[in-house]
Amino acid sequence: MTEPLAGYNFAYLDEQTKRMIRRSILKAVAIPGYQVPFGSREMPLPYGWGTGGIQVTASIIGRTDVLKVIDQGADDTTNAISIRRFFARTAGVATTERTAEATIVQTRHRIPETPLAEGQIIVYQVPIPEPLRWLEPREAETRIMHALSEYGGMYVDFYEDIAIHGRIATSYDYPVLVNDRYLMRPSPIPKFDNPKMDMNPALQLFGAGREKRIYAVPPFTKVKSLDFEDHPFAIESWDEACALCGSRESYLDEVITDDRGTRMFVCSDTEYCRDRGART
Amino acid sequence: MYVAVKGGEKAIDAAHALLAAERRGDPAVPELSLAQIGQQLAGAVDRVMTEGSIYDRELAALAIKQAGGDLVEAVFLLRAYRTTLPRLAVSEPVDTAEGLIRRRISATFKDVPGGQVLGATFDYTHRLLDFALAAESGSPERPDPRAACEQAMPRVADLLGRDGLIEPAPEAGAARPRDLTREPLEFPAERAVRLQNLARGDEGFLLALGYSTQRGYGKNHPFAGEIRVVDVAVEIVPEELGFAVEIGEIRLTECDMVNQFKGSGTVPAQFTRGYGLAFGHCERKAMAMALVDRALRAAELGEEVGAPAQDQEFVLSHSDSVEASGFTQHLKLPHYVDFQSELDLVRRLRAAATKAAAE
Repeated sequence: MTEPLAGYNFAYLDEQTKRMIRRSILKAVAIPGYQVPFGSREMPLPYGWGTGGIQVTASIIGRTDVLKVIDQGADDTTNAISIRRFFARTAGVATTERTAEATIVQTRHRIPETPLAEGQIIVYQVPIPEPLRWLEPREAETRIMHALSEYGGMYVDFYEDIAIHGRIATSYDYPVLVNDRYLMRPSPIPKFDNPKMDMNPALQLFGAGREKRIYAVPPFTKVKSLDFEDHPFAIESWDEACALCGSRESYLDEVITDDRGTRMFVCSDTEYCRDRGART
Repeated sequence: MYVAVKGGEKAIDAAHALLAAERRGDPAVPELSLAQIGQQLAGAVDRVMTEGSIYDRELAALAIKQAGGDLVEAVFLLRAYRTTLPRLAVSEPVDTAEGLIRRRISATFKDVPGGQVLGATFDYTHRLLDFALAAESGSPERPDPRAACEQAMPRVADLLGRDGLIEPAPEAGAARPRDLTREPLEFPAERAVRLQNLARGDEGFLLALGYSTQRGYGKNHPFAGEIRVVDVAVEIVPEELGFAVEIGEIRLTECDMVNQFKGSGTVPAQFTRGYGLAFGHCERKAMAMALVDRALRAAELGEEVGAPAQDQEFVLSHSDSVEASGFTQHLKLPHYVDFQSELDLVRRLRAAATKAAAE
């Protein structure tokens, strides 16, 4: 562990701000899936680049925590590196690329393939927290819709997809119902990852900095992806296996390798892929 | 090949080193000093202070230098620094009727008590590129404006208010207004919150919105009742002293827009107000803000609400350049996981369509 950055508090935010954010987190945990407004601060990283997740992580991280940061499932994408460096610099905490070793995993757009365990916390970066936003742009309206559990519009939207396309045409940030009560955006993870949220033993926290909202899924909470009885929820699948580790179970990214349409598929989760590659 | 699509720590470090070198430019050209920026690019400094929500010329100049003249980036730098500062005190309300006037014009009266004072303004300059300025301009002689500025200059809106021709200025409430930088924006937002948001808002956004009200999207018949640029004292009342102590002086640009109002069932016809305030000399911003403030009051004044500038969720949620810039530019971040999902979906839809066509 190295010494944190001089001139700034541990993990950047001052303690009063952390306390305010922790209070919001506690409220979010108490009402699973409910979006708690909070006094989001202006961070030294741009809005839309993970400021909500960073504020949540900064508020819960302690000196003995071990942090993993991923973007698109990878530890070595530029923004993941930037955020991991931010905490290494401002908090001096240990960082890791191993999911099992991490106490906190901050993520953008993926849930690790390695299952999370009890006691771990996963922090999602959220661009647009409101699942009803594309149906109703006004916050004053959507808050009322949540209060009344008025989610029919979402089903109508899905029904229209099925009528036109024969299937639900939402592939990521696929809405879920949490604890049979609140409709929630899982953040732009592929729907492939949605089932991992259900009854997950880890605490799942969601931070939206620009939109100033925090929400949570406590451990072992029911998370159901919206669907119809005759059109059950289904995840993406590939005809190919990962070109590097041979996995047929993980989420694959498509990499174009030349200008004649040749492509290969590789795991988006770099840690998972490397581990499998080492084993086989 | 696989590595090529991933970023690396080395790439980030090299990019930042390159950025620093590009910002400095040719080392043979002398480096800008903060004093030069503060003195000679005062318009940029004023805008960055206003939208950065902190009155500090030196920090604003540093932000402009560090941002290489990109003012929205400079605002971001200043804001990120600002959030780390403790709140030591809250000042008394400043009185723009008192203080040293630098400029004061009214478009509603030919003359007003205290007179019209043009001050330093681009107005009435012919926008002809001054090629002589390409060389050094030397030290232009400075006219002494003091004689014009030392008279009492009551606010024009207050003069109208004496006859009840204009709605009274809102009373200072007992409760301290919500602080937008500490509490999330909630809708509907009261006027004090809206004004905070507009004061921090991007000048270009407010300018376009204000302009739209003049072209029929929420018309409210504005007159520039008064624009004043004034140096005012800032005072705080330390708890242990119990009386006001002056801690410094700031320059403000204030715009009182006077708008037509035909009256309602309960209120006789009178003029209404739109208000704009900015740090330093930011006249365009203050005027645009006043137009938008008045447009956002449409609902409370019983006017029809329909234009974008009258829609508070639309205006207040999109006015902040730091939020807008961050979220627009986050599209540069990798999205290949989500894009893969979309590829999968589009392929399935196309396969289904091809199959249907074949049958």
